[in-house]
Amino acid sequence: MTIRIVHYINQFFAGIGGEEKADHKPEVREGVVGPGIAFQQAFGEEAEIVATVICGDTYFNENMAAATDEVISMMEKYKPDLVICGPAFNAGRYGIACGAVAEAVVDRLGVPVVSGMYPENPGVDMYKKSAYIIETSNSAAGMRKAVPPMARLALKLARGEKIGSPEEEGYIPRGIRQNEFAAERGSKRAVEMLVKKLKGEQYVTEYPMPVFDRVAPGPAVKDIKKAKIALVSSGGPVPKGNPDRIESSSASKFGRYSLQGIDDLNPENSETAHGGYDPVYANEDLDRVLPVDVLKEMEKAGEIGSLHEYWYATVGNGTSVANARRFAAEIAKELNAAGVDAVILTST
Amino acid sequence: MRLEVGNILIKEIQFGDRTEVKEGVLFINREELAKVTGEDDRIASVDVYLAKPGEEIRIIPVKDVIEPRIKVSGKGGVFPGLISKVDTVGEGRTHVLKGVAVVTTGRIVGFQEGLIDMAGPGAEYTPFSKTMNVVLKVEPVEGLHQHEHERVVRLAGLRAAEYLGRAGQHVEPDHVEVYETKPLLEQVKEYPDLPKVVYVYMLQTQGLLHNSYVYGVDARQIIPTFIYPTEVMDGAVVSGNCVSACDKNPTYIHQNNPVIQDLYERHGKDLNFIGCVITNENVTLSDKERSSNMTAKLVEFLGADGVIISEEGFGNPDTDLVMNCYKIEEKGIKTVLITDEYAGRDGASQSLADSTEKGDAVVSTGNANEIIKLPPMKTVIGYPEVADIIAGGTEGSLGEDGSITAELQIIIGSTNELGYGLLTAKGR
Amino acid sequence: MVHMCTVVPISLTVGANRIVPTVAIPHPLGNPSLNREDEKKLRRKLVEKALNALQTEVSGQTVFE
Repeated sequence: MTIRIVHYINQFFAGIGGEEKADHKPEVREGVVGPGIAFQQAFGEEAEIVATVICGDTYFNENMAAATDEVISMMEKYKPDLVICGPAFNAGRYGIACGAVAEAVVDRLGVPVVSGMYPENPGVDMYKKSAYIIETSNSAAGMRKAVPPMARLALKLARGEKIGSPEEEGYIPRGIRQNEFAAERGSKRAVEMLVKKLKGEQYVTEYPMPVFDRVAPGPAVKDIKKAKIALVSSGGPVPKGNPDRIESSSASKFGRYSLQGIDDLNPENSETAHGGYDPVYANEDLDRVLPVDVLKEMEKAGEIGSLHEYWYATVGNGTSVANARRFAAEIAKELNAAGVDAVILTST
Repeated sequence: MRLEVGNILIKEIQFGDRTEVKEGVLFINREELAKVTGEDDRIASVDVYLAKPGEEIRIIPVKDVIEPRIKVSGKGGVFPGLISKVDTVGEGRTHVLKGVAVVTTGRIVGFQEGLIDMAGPGAEYTPFSKTMNVVLKVEPVEGLHQHEHERVVRLAGLRAAEYLGRAGQHVEPDHVEVYETKPLLEQVKEYPDLPKVVYVYMLQTQGLLHNSYVYGVDARQIIPTFIYPTEVMDGAVVSGNCVSACDKNPTYIHQNNPVIQDLYERHGKDLNFIGCVITNENVTLSDKERSSNMTAKLVEFLGADGVIISEEGFGNPDTDLVMNCYKIEEKGIKTVLITDEYAGRDGASQSLADSTEKGDAVVSTGNANEIIKLPPMKTVIGYPEVADIIAGGTEGSLGEDGSITAELQIIIGSTNELGYGLLTAKGR
Repeated sequence: MVHMCTVVPISLTVGANRIVPTVAIPHPLGNPSLNREDEKKLRRKLVEKALNALQTEVSGQTVFE
């Protein structure tokens, strides 16, 4: 069966015009347009570009949500097996549009996407996890070189074949870690790496050390005696019986628990769900993880404005940064809505 | 220190009237083994099962795996300080029943235990689907505190391994490996032109089910110290039973530490392996600072040009790994690190909790968060329902048909950070 | 927000801005070797430190020892 492909390009590559036509609204044309001709040649009989969706870069970037919806609904009708976006080279807005379309295609249509960009295109960092982005030169002069690896990877993806490494396939590393069995055991690879490092020879680390985000500090609390304080913890403090069944490792959820009528945590009303530390001490007295007793006293004595009536808890044991980020966003939203001024976050 | 390790290749295990090795077959007196294993007032019952490669058997929750070994000559006995006197071991001759493993199971102590599948996709991820396993289901008396429960089962497993090992005492081994590391000054002189390499052996020491023992001492209480590689082969280092099953080193893997074996492999050729520094991964910051300071100092004092550092566990031990790396590199000594990854189920998150730019040579033993589906097995030894609560499992991990869908974390040894297996993770 | 944790280096690596060091991983806000009364005093002191951190303007990552 012929593989059905839909191609996304901007107004410039469609031949509609340059910057003055960048507000061009999404339109769909049957068959190939512009760079699609080169892709179709590369595919030969095996795949067919059944339609091309065109959108102006300014229009897309200024109406991101609506434009994405329009583009996706146009594509959907053609039941693609795969979508190609661009290549966008170093055109920033085009790169972002290609990336946003790619993300939506993967999420909503559930088919793979291949794009092409210059590594410094802002679309790369924003969307490299969604699409395979082939590394291209920084201008459209590189089209002839960009097409073959994009086409090759597209066919592999559409056929459901195993995708090789970034070096083998030519895509920009997506930052996705995937397991595989190596030819030699880990200890042997380590000794080999050390021998090379000692000799001053080239070696390749199997895991480049991670980099984490930074955020600007929030302003100080002006008057703690009027502030509403909330407790949040990654140490797994939960009501007795772990009602939400938060996992002991790799948590997929967080819980929100009422402090109403609780002045002190004890083995009758609470426990830890965390599997990453010796739970005996926390289970004897969970105030050791979540200082409810002290904060309740402070609330009564007027040392703080109030203690928020709910505490939030998850298990920070092997839990991915992506999950933690999602929990934090949801918790922060609820805390904001509840008028909380400050948070004490405890970790184990 | 010079140790001869005589491997007796066992082709088959079965129950018999006496525990003995005959022509490569290990016969086991089931009652006697149960009796030796259960010699403790705090043990209520011991059941013995056999599980062989390819059989559709699941063992859950597994606490520890131990290799049957016995001292034939040289000082002391196996597992010194725990079931033998605290003599210094690692010299003379030790016999091994190669191909056999003791596996302990029983009621769960905490969240942190794992499983072994003898067949199917799960079998590919654990080294203990390839061993012939003598499985001991050890149940303690009611009312035991968790710490005591752990200790009782740990010692029971060691007794069983020693009991079985004894069957190899007078058997001629199929092959004998000789390992030797000399006192430092002599060892340096032996290969003066080769780079001197030390192995920094990190032991998990974070409390219940996260502990390790060195000559019977809870390694939490040690100051980093020197140890001859051959001491480890006689059971000087013992697991305090598993935390996350994938990367807690079972005693078996300590006995067969692959970093030690592979360093010996290149010893005298590309490097001069002068010994091991054992260190811990404690739960206070001052302990972490002290231990990494001492480790770096000791490595420098020994005159190392390069080190391999293996982590055990994940999360806050990532900080111990990073501190060791940073402080040793600061002294101009080259490091290679071995760790596993927690990159999320989709592999898209940062894999470690801590980071240093100096960590430019890392071996990855795989992403423990990756999901695996394990089909039902014909026989389950233990308690399958704990699949929902042990580390790597989630509510609903155990399917109605007996299948288990969980993270690789749940499988014993799947991402072992001594590099015992082939698994790795790559950037895609 | 103030982060109360034992392994301060991790908190610094992952980017918390107000950090209060605590006792130990399994009991950040307690110490089982103390008697109940002293343990609670210790906890109160740590919480006071956290409240103080919340009331302090910071321009970047700050550890409140």
